[in-house]
Amino acid sequence: MLAKHTDLNARSRPRSRRWFRGEGWTALFFLLPGLIGIFLFLVLPILASIALSFTNWQLLGTPRFVGFSNYTRLFTTDPQFWTVMRNTVFFTIEYLILNIALSLGLAVWISSLKIGQRWFRVVFFLPTFTPLIAVAIVWMLIFSSGGLLDSLMAQLSLPFSGVLNNRTLAMQAVIITSLWAGIGYNTVLFNAALDMVPATYLEAARIDGATAWDRFWKIRLPLISPTLFFGTVMTAITSLQVFDQIYVMTKGGPGSSTATLGYAIYQRGFQNFQMGYASAIAWVMFALIMALTALQFWLQRKWVHYDA
Amino acid sequence: MTLKSKARARRKLALDILNHAALLLVALAFLFPFFWMISNAVRSNAEVMAIPVRLLPEVFEWGNFAAAWTRLPFGRFFLNSAIIAICVTAITVVVSCLSGYAFARLKFRGREMLLLGYIGTLMVPPLMLIIPLFLIVNRLGLVNTFPGVILPVAFGTFGAFLMRQFFLSIPMELEEAARIDGAWRLRILVSIIVPLSMPAIGLLSLFTFMGQWSNFLWPLIVMTGADNATLPVGLTLFQTQQGTQWNYLMAGAALSMLPGIFLAIILQKLIYNSIALNAGMGGR
Repeated sequence: MLAKHTDLNARSRPRSRRWFRGEGWTALFFLLPGLIGIFLFLVLPILASIALSFTNWQLLGTPRFVGFSNYTRLFTTDPQFWTVMRNTVFFTIEYLILNIALSLGLAVWISSLKIGQRWFRVVFFLPTFTPLIAVAIVWMLIFSSGGLLDSLMAQLSLPFSGVLNNRTLAMQAVIITSLWAGIGYNTVLFNAALDMVPATYLEAARIDGATAWDRFWKIRLPLISPTLFFGTVMTAITSLQVFDQIYVMTKGGPGSSTATLGYAIYQRGFQNFQMGYASAIAWVMFALIMALTALQFWLQRKWVHYDA
Repeated sequence: MTLKSKARARRKLALDILNHAALLLVALAFLFPFFWMISNAVRSNAEVMAIPVRLLPEVFEWGNFAAAWTRLPFGRFFLNSAIIAICVTAITVVVSCLSGYAFARLKFRGREMLLLGYIGTLMVPPLMLIIPLFLIVNRLGLVNTFPGVILPVAFGTFGAFLMRQFFLSIPMELEEAARIDGAWRLRILVSIIVPLSMPAIGLLSLFTFMGQWSNFLWPLIVMTGADNATLPVGLTLFQTQQGTQWNYLMAGAALSMLPGIFLAIILQKLIYNSIALNAGMGGR
């Protein structure tokens, strides 16, 4: 009853004063710089991107509304689109699985050490703090025709060379490069999570006769599963947007065997100036990110334990 | 100690050493691309392409670092990258502290909703907004200018969220005395809250700075003139129609990595703590 009474009272006041009651004005002062920036460079672009994807704007002239035709063109007539889609999904799945497996393995290995844990962490983390372009450049030299890898393969008399010119192997080269650049963050993340597993749990299990293998699968892994889940989701989101490595190493080639959604957005938008069409691709990428994230949240019920 | 347990301890020690040594080998192999970069930065371009490939150069050409620096306006690229990274970091820190303070300490209508909105924007992939951002910058007449490349990336919402979380952990009592004395909120933020928040501010600065130092696509799009290129974009300019100047490219890449490697080594504790914070929250 009392609540109803105050509510009525409040409604009789002028709207603006009610809104800024208490510390509203102070809060507005503190929030304003951020709000202006976020509106101009985040909210407005999101809205503009939706609107643009329904136009055929080519940067010059006025945009014309074309309904869903960008999207129908993408899914039905664009000969490249399904290749790009397949490349992106292929890259993400292979990269994600290898990244999580390798970084978890390294994290467990590092946490088994008595000394020097932090220096090993720094070593594997170094590429994370290196511009991805510089990373891509050095791996491009390793993979280039007549480069280090070819020379190594020749010495082992293995039958492949010119990886970056090979339709099936070029993507593998990009994945290796991305792994080198990217596993460091997850390694440190998982290592930190493993550090937080209470030693008493492991000690108790050891006394009960659990093997190291059992202690890993039954105690440590379940206890770090929330972190593992977090790392997996974040890695998936970033890998669906892969761009820098591809721009430097392959330019989407050979053919379009390494062209991904991120590269397609750049190509259509800033080389062909098809802003509308590129925006439609961006929304397909967003849908893919949301779908994969939703899938992971659905799967987490099966393997992530929050009851620690 | 019995003989048996002594033998067991010795075997355990041997296994431990073996374990360390094995990981050391893996780590050295992992560092190989860095070695390869330096090793190729100090040979002639002909020797980079020579077959068979040699691990170390026949003739060390240390002058390549200087040559790479003068061949392209590398000093300019360095300066451009530094200006952009520092400005973005400064804006991000100031705006995040202000917003974070409002979310942590001020009572206003719609606070929770607005915070939820801020967190929601974290899900929007940056690559998706590249096109409309370019169009906005273009409309504002800021293409090929520093404000054009700085402002659109300086207002992320992550910082506000991070600073709010940190401010919440600072006891209310510390600022209450000042408030009773009638100090203004901004004064409280600057002279009480900010000095106590240096770990969080350091962390936000570090990751913002490194993110911008390495940023490639956005400067590539906005900075169209070669003189205005940032370091990562400048590196790609060594790939020309006449072929790639591999040795200069490697020298330039090595130089571009210096700040990151330096920061990663001297701030390794801060980096570990910040990532451990993520691990502790487990994404919750």
